[in-house]
Amino acid sequence: MSSVHIRDVRKSFGGFEVLHGVTIPIEDGQFVVLVGPSGCGKSTLLRMLAGLENITSGTISIGERVVNNVQPKERDIAMVFQNYALYPHMTVADNMGFSLKLRGARSDEIKKGVKRAAEILALTPLLDRYPRQLSGGQRQRVAMGRAIVRDPQVFLFDEPLSNLDAKLRVAMRTEIKELHQRLKTTTVYVTHDQIEAMTMADKIVVMHDGIVEQMGAPLELYDKPANQFVAGFIGSPAMNFLNGHLRSNGQAYVETDNGSKLPLASAPTASEGRPVVYGVRPEHLELASDGIEAEVVVVEPTGSETQIVARIGTQDIIAVFRDRHDVSPGEKIRLRPRASAAHLFDKENGRRI
Amino acid sequence: MSTLQTSVTVEAPRADAPSLWSRLRVNRNWLGMWFMLPAAAFLVLFLAYPLGLGIWMSFTDERIGRPGIFIGAENYQWLWDDSIFWLSVFNTLLYTLIASAIKFAVGLYLALLLNRHMPFKALIRSIVLIPFIVPTVLSAIAFWWIYDAQFSIISWSLIRLGIIEHNINFLGDGNWARASVIFANIWRGVPFVAITLLAGLQTVSPSLYEAATLDGASNWQRFRYITYPLLTPIIAVVMTFSVLFTFTDFQLIWALTRGGPVNATHLMATLSYQRGIISGRLGEGAAIATAMIPFLLAAIAISWFGMQRRKWQQGSNND
Repeated sequence: MSSVHIRDVRKSFGGFEVLHGVTIPIEDGQFVVLVGPSGCGKSTLLRMLAGLENITSGTISIGERVVNNVQPKERDIAMVFQNYALYPHMTVADNMGFSLKLRGARSDEIKKGVKRAAEILALTPLLDRYPRQLSGGQRQRVAMGRAIVRDPQVFLFDEPLSNLDAKLRVAMRTEIKELHQRLKTTTVYVTHDQIEAMTMADKIVVMHDGIVEQMGAPLELYDKPANQFVAGFIGSPAMNFLNGHLRSNGQAYVETDNGSKLPLASAPTASEGRPVVYGVRPEHLELASDGIEAEVVVVEPTGSETQIVARIGTQDIIAVFRDRHDVSPGEKIRLRPRASAAHLFDKENGRRI
Repeated sequence: MSTLQTSVTVEAPRADAPSLWSRLRVNRNWLGMWFMLPAAAFLVLFLAYPLGLGIWMSFTDERIGRPGIFIGAENYQWLWDDSIFWLSVFNTLLYTLIASAIKFAVGLYLALLLNRHMPFKALIRSIVLIPFIVPTVLSAIAFWWIYDAQFSIISWSLIRLGIIEHNINFLGDGNWARASVIFANIWRGVPFVAITLLAGLQTVSPSLYEAATLDGASNWQRFRYITYPLLTPIIAVVMTFSVLFTFTDFQLIWALTRGGPVNATHLMATLSYQRGIISGRLGEGAAIATAMIPFLLAAIAISWFGMQRRKWQQGSNND
């Protein structure tokens, strides 16, 4: 186990820079999730950490050692690939023991290591099978077993659950988190799925266009997104954004372009009349007689909750209710944002005010 | 009870049962058979019939212009005591073994090289194919000049470099001639092996190499434990074909040496042609050709059983 430090790392392919100076400190034993839309550079960063891509500038260190020029196999890391990358011509046991075999371990040592990992992942009955004889979830577990056998300093996961169906994904999510709690190995996990990030991470790093937008604990990102991008990315369904201007008559509020008044809990430091973006999460909207008038467009019940897409002026807004309301498309409803849960962003640079 | 009864009901021919013809009309297998018929007719007419005729002929004393009579295994008895026939068997085995082994080694090396990222990759790949595209006889004639006793460019270059003093008698000396035809065959056969193996290499997922790199594999270990085992099915197919092509080679030898000097490069195919067509003893020529069949079947059997043993690639669900 080991800490990892990524300092001002840049990466260019040809003349095209895809990572613009990324700094991420990762503590020993932490579960860090790199999350962002496709093309944000998260996978590239992970591959640089693994040593599969070289580092254009900046440093990456594992423990005390700078690994920029260290061969992948000397870095003492293990990676789980998106497509699992199981060797199709080897049995599960051989797949898991391959790294030990290459290290020149004795065959009884290999057996012991494989047995231990197989027990952790409940793979013991499958050890003699070939990868093609396994289901998706089992292959995923073998890929993790291959990583565990090596007992590395750092685990790297590259979107490991994206090839699984929805139900299995939730189950494997729990399994990976449980595994981390048990082994306490420093883990870097890449995903584009913010729910995976929220549920698994000790620390989330939100990346976008080659920069770190924000990092912090999951709930910190949810409660205090640093900018409009993070606010929109974390949380599902995504946060609603309404354009308006800051106003005040004793109590601060935001006036939208069509004249609706959106409540604020406290007066922000910004000056009156400033153009702002008012953000409110779907779960922080409630039906109230003094709310903003909106026309219901679509009602989507999921059983545990109901999503309502409503139109305010020309803008669609999503609201989520735990209790069942009898509304139908075309109906007029009044929605009131919970003032204490509202977020305010600068219209120009998207930063939190 | 009622379900049991329905399942036990005996199918009795009834008046409204569909006739044989109307059932055949909707039967996909019946239709499929008709679609296969043209290809089957083609194969029977141009492959099975000549093969059968050749085997039959090997048991007769047929000559050109005179129908033969059945003489049992007499042709084979003659061949058994014929040292030239045994020399041609030896030559064929030597030619096939050496040429195939080198074609495999060079082809695999080229394939690994071409599988890397490099500038002008597509261009280089198509250049490698050139020996394969040139008609055999044309390249044989080019080699004939390269190996010419007086005008050989190899002899000329080596003399100029001061390495040798006299022209090498490439096609006049027995062992030189063998080496020369083997080299020409290798030159022609390498592209087929290289391009086919390259196609095989490209089916290996790059993430397997990345996983192996992280597992600590060196270049050689990646080849030994990942590339080679994953390539074996294709190696088996391509080498079977390569061995079959080499074993039955005729054009190159006939254009370069006609089996000479003193039968040193006679292969079974060229000897069969010489005895059967040139000397007109069709029965004896057919017997030599038929004698090749056990060797070819053995080559196919080896690769067939070699491929069957790989449990990991059975079935289709292999992603």
